[in-house]
Amino acid sequence: MEKKILEYPLVKIEPELCKGCGLCIDACPPNVLKFHSKFNTKGYHYAYYIDEGCTGCGVCFYACPEPEAIIVFKKGYEYSGEEVK
Amino acid sequence: MAEKVLKKAASFYDSYFRNPSPDKKMTHYCPGCGHGHIHKFIAEALDDFEIADNTILISPVGCSVFAYYYFDTGNIQAAHGRAPAVATGIKRAHPNSIVISYQGDGDLAAIGTSEILHAANRGENITVFFINNAIYGMTGGQMAPTTLIDQRTTTTPTGRNAHNEGYPIKMSELISQLQAPVYVERVTLYDNKQRARARTAVRKAIKNQVNNLGFSLVEVLSPCPSGWKMEPVDAMTWIKEVMVPQFPIGIYKDITKEVQPYVYAKPNPTAAEIRELIEVIPDTDTGFKRSVYPDQYRNPQIKIAGFGGQGVLLLGGALAQAGMMEDYHVSWLPSYGPEMRGGTANCHVNIREIEVGSPMVSNPTVLIAMNRPSLEKFENDVVENGLIVFDQSLIDSYVKRKDVEVLPIPATQMADKLGNTRVANMITLAAYAAYTGIFGKETLYTTLKTAIKKQRLLEINQKAIDTGYEFGMEKKKK
Repeated sequence: MEKKILEYPLVKIEPELCKGCGLCIDACPPNVLKFHSKFNTKGYHYAYYIDEGCTGCGVCFYACPEPEAIIVFKKGYEYSGEEVK
Repeated sequence: MAEKVLKKAASFYDSYFRNPSPDKKMTHYCPGCGHGHIHKFIAEALDDFEIADNTILISPVGCSVFAYYYFDTGNIQAAHGRAPAVATGIKRAHPNSIVISYQGDGDLAAIGTSEILHAANRGENITVFFINNAIYGMTGGQMAPTTLIDQRTTTTPTGRNAHNEGYPIKMSELISQLQAPVYVERVTLYDNKQRARARTAVRKAIKNQVNNLGFSLVEVLSPCPSGWKMEPVDAMTWIKEVMVPQFPIGIYKDITKEVQPYVYAKPNPTAAEIRELIEVIPDTDTGFKRSVYPDQYRNPQIKIAGFGGQGVLLLGGALAQAGMMEDYHVSWLPSYGPEMRGGTANCHVNIREIEVGSPMVSNPTVLIAMNRPSLEKFENDVVENGLIVFDQSLIDSYVKRKDVEVLPIPATQMADKLGNTRVANMITLAAYAAYTGIFGKETLYTTLKTAIKKQRLLEINQKAIDTGYEFGMEKKKK
């Protein structure tokens, strides 16, 4: 996949690594993270990004206790699509 | 934060291969656990300061006992509460490494109180992260020393009562009263601002060590949603509303601007310097050539067992000493009951041409049994074609095994004839040395000089060596 420079910030949450604690949802200033109605294989309602409104502040990244569950891409990042497995 | 992406720190392993669970990407912590946050902050700081390859992290006992699953650093897991003591040793042996002690409140504030206080008081140049969740989280939420007044736990079902269980220990306040620590701060994780502060504190505490400033401690009021029986978000609110009023957050001590960096002048003395320091007498140290003796007796792993008072430990010590004089690698590990006489005593001795891996001898190649219970107990542990030496005058049975070599000595009788029953051990020693050929008589004589404390007993012990040696030589001929 070709690299593209992000024109807007992006947050990726890996559903299988989310434990559904909800801290990111509680912390998100623009309120753009929600619990998914589906379960992941661990049985948690995982958090997801509603695909609109992320400011790239990074608060959710530091609110999340899991090392790898959340990745925040800021505006201007060269996104190749391989960052998230 | 010039980086355009926030992702997993490189100081974490890519895949947590040490974790036996099939899921190698996820931590073992419960949802909403504060350990994850602190792990993240530490890993990020290690990345940013580029010190991960130089860092040794000490995991405690508690949920974070498995911190070594996650951090791609050097890792050691310490006994309960002993992380600061282990950190002290590591830092002194490796003064240029970054040593981080990561502990919970059951570990640091309960069983490890004295370790942390003294490490802090010595001003060890280490960084301590103290994760305070006010309970014993791993074992199911029992009361910890940091449990709040009126807090309900499984062991204080009606709430902690100050008259019965005392008040919560405030470690940051305590440690900040000491003179040596340079940086003590209490932070928490309950909202974005507090997490940012905690992140700053974690970075500063690590940076202090990089700059050789001294002891830093960061106490983190951290949620334990499972132990507190709350939702993760409610647990954060509980910290804010209940915990913080009793454990005020803030910087308790910061003298990092005033102290001078401490530079380790001379980290490790050389072997020659150590010899000089402890005054190893040169003429007893070396100078003996190793004897030539049959291969089957080489590299003996010896177990010596008997009653306390028979000189079992002295016999082992003398063997090891003799080995040292001939420049072997030796070890001596005593194991005995609290009694001075009577009771059982045994010791393990290695005399090796290569370095000794473990001082424990579970399957001896040589068993020296000084009484019957010892012979019966350890006979079957001896390796095939091993050697069993036993005191014939005290043991009225014989070795039952057929696949070992046996050397019975009437040591106690012989010692009686010499006029002192207690030299039976030296007779046995000399007989063993002569029979196998492992040590010459001269080595044994010199050993005596250091092994026997009372000089008036030297003569009788020398006689014992002579008698034993003669006996051993005779047996060898047969």
